[in-house]
Amino acid sequence: MKMLINVPETVVADALRGMAATHPDLTVDVERRIVLRRDAPVADKVGLVSGGGSGHEPLHGGFVGPGMLDAACPGEVFTSPVPDQMARAAAAVDSGRGVLFIVKNYTGDVLNFDMAAELAEDEGVQVAKVLVDDDVAVSGSTYTTGRRGTGATLFVEKLAGAAAEEGAPLERVEAIARRVNESSRSFGVALGAPTTPAKGGPTFDLPAGELELGIGIHGEPGRERRGMMTSGEIADFAVDAVLEDLRPEGPVLALINGMGATPLLELYGFAAEVHRVLAERGVPVARALVGNYVTSLDMAGCSVTLCRADEELLRLWDAPVRTPGLRWGM
Amino acid sequence: MVTVALDADFFHRWMSAVSAAVDREAQRLTELDSAIGDADHGSNLRRGFAAAVASLDEERPDTPGAVLALAGRRLISTVGGASGPLYGTLLRRAGKALGDAGTVDAARLREALRTGVDAVAQLGSAAPGDKTMLDALYPAVEALGESGEDFEAARGAAEEGASATVPMLARRGRASYLGERSIGHQDPGATSSALLFAALADTAGAVASGDDGEAA
Repeated sequence: MKMLINVPETVVADALRGMAATHPDLTVDVERRIVLRRDAPVADKVGLVSGGGSGHEPLHGGFVGPGMLDAACPGEVFTSPVPDQMARAAAAVDSGRGVLFIVKNYTGDVLNFDMAAELAEDEGVQVAKVLVDDDVAVSGSTYTTGRRGTGATLFVEKLAGAAAEEGAPLERVEAIARRVNESSRSFGVALGAPTTPAKGGPTFDLPAGELELGIGIHGEPGRERRGMMTSGEIADFAVDAVLEDLRPEGPVLALINGMGATPLLELYGFAAEVHRVLAERGVPVARALVGNYVTSLDMAGCSVTLCRADEELLRLWDAPVRTPGLRWGM
Repeated sequence: MVTVALDADFFHRWMSAVSAAVDREAQRLTELDSAIGDADHGSNLRRGFAAAVASLDEERPDTPGAVLALAGRRLISTVGGASGPLYGTLLRRAGKALGDAGTVDAARLREALRTGVDAVAQLGSAAPGDKTMLDALYPAVEALGESGEDFEAARGAAEEGASATVPMLARRGRASYLGERSIGHQDPGATSSALLFAALADTAGAVASGDDGEAA
C-alpha cells in the first residue's frame, strides 16, 4: 500500500512539525509530543487535556484552541501516549484552577492517563478525569473492557471546553463532560480496513461486496459482517442501534463522521439518510456536524453519534471555538 | 542443583536478550495483533525494550533490582498503549521486590516475578483465562519450581500458555471488543510474555555453559 510518508518511524513527528509550521496559534513540542494553546496557561481557566493514539486526526491535536482543548498529547499510531506527556501538559496548562483529563475508554489510555494524573498531582496540579465510552457496538461490560470512546469525544471536548472558557470551576467542567458522555452514543461502520504505517497493509481483510458493522476507530474488526448495504440501509441500522441505547425524548446533536477515506459527497448523502431516519423516529435534530473528525487513518466508512441536547448544551455548542479542526463564532 | 547467584550483569543480559527476541519476532507479534487487536504490538515493544537497554547500557545500575526497575520505568515512558504500563509495572514491581541486594538467588527471582505478575493482574483487572499475557506469565512463574532454577521448564510453560490462548474468548483488552470472533487467534501479549521467559532461559543457559565463575 502506497503512503505519503518518509519512514513509518517518523510519521507522528513529521505531522507535528507540519502542525507547528501551519498553525501559529499553537505551540507544538515535537520532541515531547505536546500540542498546546499558544497562550497557555490561560489565567483563571480550568485546563483541558486530552490525548490518545495518532491516526484519528483532527482528534485531538486539531481540537486545541480557544473554546476547546488547552493541550493534546499524541501517541504513536493507534497507541496511547505515555504518562510523561500528559503530566507535562497538565503542568503547562494549569492556571491554578485545575485540569480535566478527557480519556477515551481503552485499556492503554486509561492506564497511562491514571499514571499521568498521579505524576501531575505530585507536582501540585489538581486533576479530574472523565472517561468517554459511547460506542454501543460493545456490550457485556462485565466481561470486556467496556464500551469504546469514539465520536462523542468531540462533543465532550467542545462542550466542556466552552464551559471552561466561560470560567466554570473544575467540578462544573467535569460534571458537564460527564453528562455529555452519558448523553451520547455512537455506532460505526467500515467499508474497508485502515492501513497502519507499521504494517504497511490493511489491518483486516474485508472482501469486496461486504461491510463490517460495529467497528471501532483502531482498525480492529467489528462484531458482524454483512453483504454491502446502501447508504439508506446503513443509516437505518446505525441510527436504530444508537436510539435503542440512547432513547432520547427531545432534540439531539448529531455528528455524521467520516472514518478518513469516505468523501464528503458520500458523507452528505449519508447525512440526508440519517436525518430521514431520525425524522421517521420523531427525533428532532437541533444541530448537526458532517465531516472527518474522529477518523481511523484511511479507513472507508462512517459513524453516527447522537447526544441528547438541552438548552445549556446547545448554548455551549454554539459558543465560539477556534481550533484547526473546528472553528466558528470567532 | 547448585544454587546460582544472579547479579546485575545477569539481569542486564536478560533484558538485552528480551530486546533481541522482540526485535526478531516483531513482525510476528504485529501480525498476531492485527488479527484481534490493532497491529502495533511488535513495533511498540521493540521501541520500548530498545530504549530500556539503551538506558541500562548508559547508566549501568549495579543491583538486580535497579536493573529491572530502570527497564520498567523506561518501558512506561516510551511504549504507551496498554503494554507499556503492564510490562513496565511487571519489571518495576519485580525490581522493587528484589530490593538492593547485590546478588539474588533464583528462588528470590521467582518470588519477585510472582509479585510483578500479581501487579499486572491487578493493574489490568484481569485473571488467568481472560486471553491475556497472564496466561503465559502465571504458568511460567509456577514452572520455575521450588529452586526457581527450572528456566527451561518456565520457557516451555510460557509457550504452552501462549498457545493455550488460541481457543479462549478474550475478556480484557482490545481483543475483547471482538467477542466470539476473538476465538481461534493466539494472544499477542501472551506471545510476547513467552519471549520474556525464553530470553531468561537463554541467558541462564549461556551463563551456565560459558562462565563457571558465576556459580557460587
